[in-house]
Amino acid sequence: MSAPRAHLETLPRGLQVALALGLLALLGFPLAGSDFYVQMVARMMILAIFAMSLDLLQGVTGLVSLGHAAYFGLAGYALAFVTPGGEPVSLWWTLPAAVGASALAALVIGFLVVRTHGIYFIMVTMAFAQMLFYLFFDNKVLGGSDGLYINFRPDAAVAGWLPFDLENKLVFYYFTLFFLVAVYTFLRRLLWSPFGRALVGIRINEHRMRAMGFGTFGYKLGAFTLAGALAGLAGYLWGVQSGYVNPELMGFHMSAHALMMVIPGGMGNFAGAIVGAFTFELLLDLFKDLPAVGGFDLGKHWQLSMGLFIVAVIVFAPRGLLGLAQRSAPASAETPPGEPP
Amino acid sequence: MTMSLSSDASDILLSARGLTRHFGGLAAVQQIDLDLSRDRIHAVIGPNGAGKSTLTHLLSGDLPPSGGRIILGGQDVTGWPAERISRQGLGRSYQKTNIFAPLSVWDNVRLAAQSRSPQAWRWLSRADGCTAVNERAERALELAGLQSRRRTMAGAASHGEQRQLEIAMTLATEPQVLLLDEPLAGMGVAEAERIVELLLRLKPGRAMMLVEHDMDAVFALADQLTVMVNGQRIASGSPAVVRTDPLVQAAYLGADE
Repeated sequence: MSAPRAHLETLPRGLQVALALGLLALLGFPLAGSDFYVQMVARMMILAIFAMSLDLLQGVTGLVSLGHAAYFGLAGYALAFVTPGGEPVSLWWTLPAAVGASALAALVIGFLVVRTHGIYFIMVTMAFAQMLFYLFFDNKVLGGSDGLYINFRPDAAVAGWLPFDLENKLVFYYFTLFFLVAVYTFLRRLLWSPFGRALVGIRINEHRMRAMGFGTFGYKLGAFTLAGALAGLAGYLWGVQSGYVNPELMGFHMSAHALMMVIPGGMGNFAGAIVGAFTFELLLDLFKDLPAVGGFDLGKHWQLSMGLFIVAVIVFAPRGLLGLAQRSAPASAETPPGEPP
Repeated sequence: MTMSLSSDASDILLSARGLTRHFGGLAAVQQIDLDLSRDRIHAVIGPNGAGKSTLTHLLSGDLPPSGGRIILGGQDVTGWPAERISRQGLGRSYQKTNIFAPLSVWDNVRLAAQSRSPQAWRWLSRADGCTAVNERAERALELAGLQSRRRTMAGAASHGEQRQLEIAMTLATEPQVLLLDEPLAGMGVAEAERIVELLLRLKPGRAMMLVEHDMDAVFALADQLTVMVNGQRIASGSPAVVRTDPLVQAAYLGADE
């Protein structure tokens, strides 16, 4: 049998070119797409940021969380709380505040959960997310099951000058694209940094990491907090786009949604998370439009088609869709000193 | 580098007293006293199940002791977690190869070297761009004789190379006290000779504990010998003396192997 293989970390040249072309397509898309599709792609980009934040935990550090949506939803709620009913708030402090709120929640919860391993980690992350879900679901003060409206998009004005207006859908699209590229670039750098290498080491062999002197608790807590903060960034953008938050954003389904974007895409390199997010959302759109076949409404039961797709990917491409790209590249046991993306 | 003529108290880098570990009703290690001195190799031998590996786990912090004390570099480290003991200057290798199989040989050693780096928490600088870490990893790789295999994926390296890698990773943290748990396990004669030479080269400046079944290697390397049977120390002293101990001959050397 072949020796165990690492996640795909160094992206083959062809994949890098494909990603660059993808970026060009995203840059030009609003020229071709209708308003509806521009908003849909913006939503995909937001979910791609969310998926990348989970990939930092799951693909890189090996911490499988089933409660990652908690930090996504919290930032959206943070924006809803600070936005008054009759006027917009400034982007410049609400964005850091919302991201900070998610990071703080991740730091506190992470302090308790990163001591656990494997299945226990999965269970406690889920338990904390469910606690937050019901806290918001059952409290009228926090919006209750109906959620909260965000009547105005945050205001980007600096001392009376407005560099861009988020009420404009096109502006919001490029605003989101900027963050997609920024988060991807940041995480790719992080992957090859001393901190990132330590996280990879923890995923592969935490025991040996400790024997070599790494305080793995601190590293895992750092990763958990950072992943929470980035999920918060995505949640903030979600709140801005939809103008509405509800407890579902931090619910179990949302956490599972993120997992189902990361796993089929290919873990541990962030590009897979983006590919996974776009694929998942496109298929979702496709499957929901499927016609009824002999009295069975395929569109309504889109989960069936999606489930088959996920199973197919896991069977035929166990390393994710991006793993397929590597299979066609010359198989090499070597890990070349990593190329930046 | 000074060669000490005698091992006085100041040269004792690790000292265990009354070290004990129970697993349920089983006393895997009972009341073990052990000193590791600079420039000396202390071999621990005994039949399978004697508690040698458990003793190593206790000293390295992989397992907390049920009783006794461990003094490392003048500091009481009893009950410390493994990462703190490692940072206090102790390095260990594992009997069962314990490496980062999907990473290259170089990345394994570099990661070990990084554990002492003040840059270890940096998020944006490149890990392979840190000169001090690279140099430390390079030294360890060279000592273990693995320079030509740096690009090989660790999991695909030969068994002997993986054993060398075990040692290289341990050396990359620059420990003063080195615990080697059966470094020759499963090695061919030529490979074993290479490792024996390596261990002799590592002796100056370090205190080493060697758990090993290969008696030729043990008598070639050890300055001091402790024999364990059923978790207990039945003899300790210079190899020449221990070899002739009737208890040892009865319990171990004569009976086993």
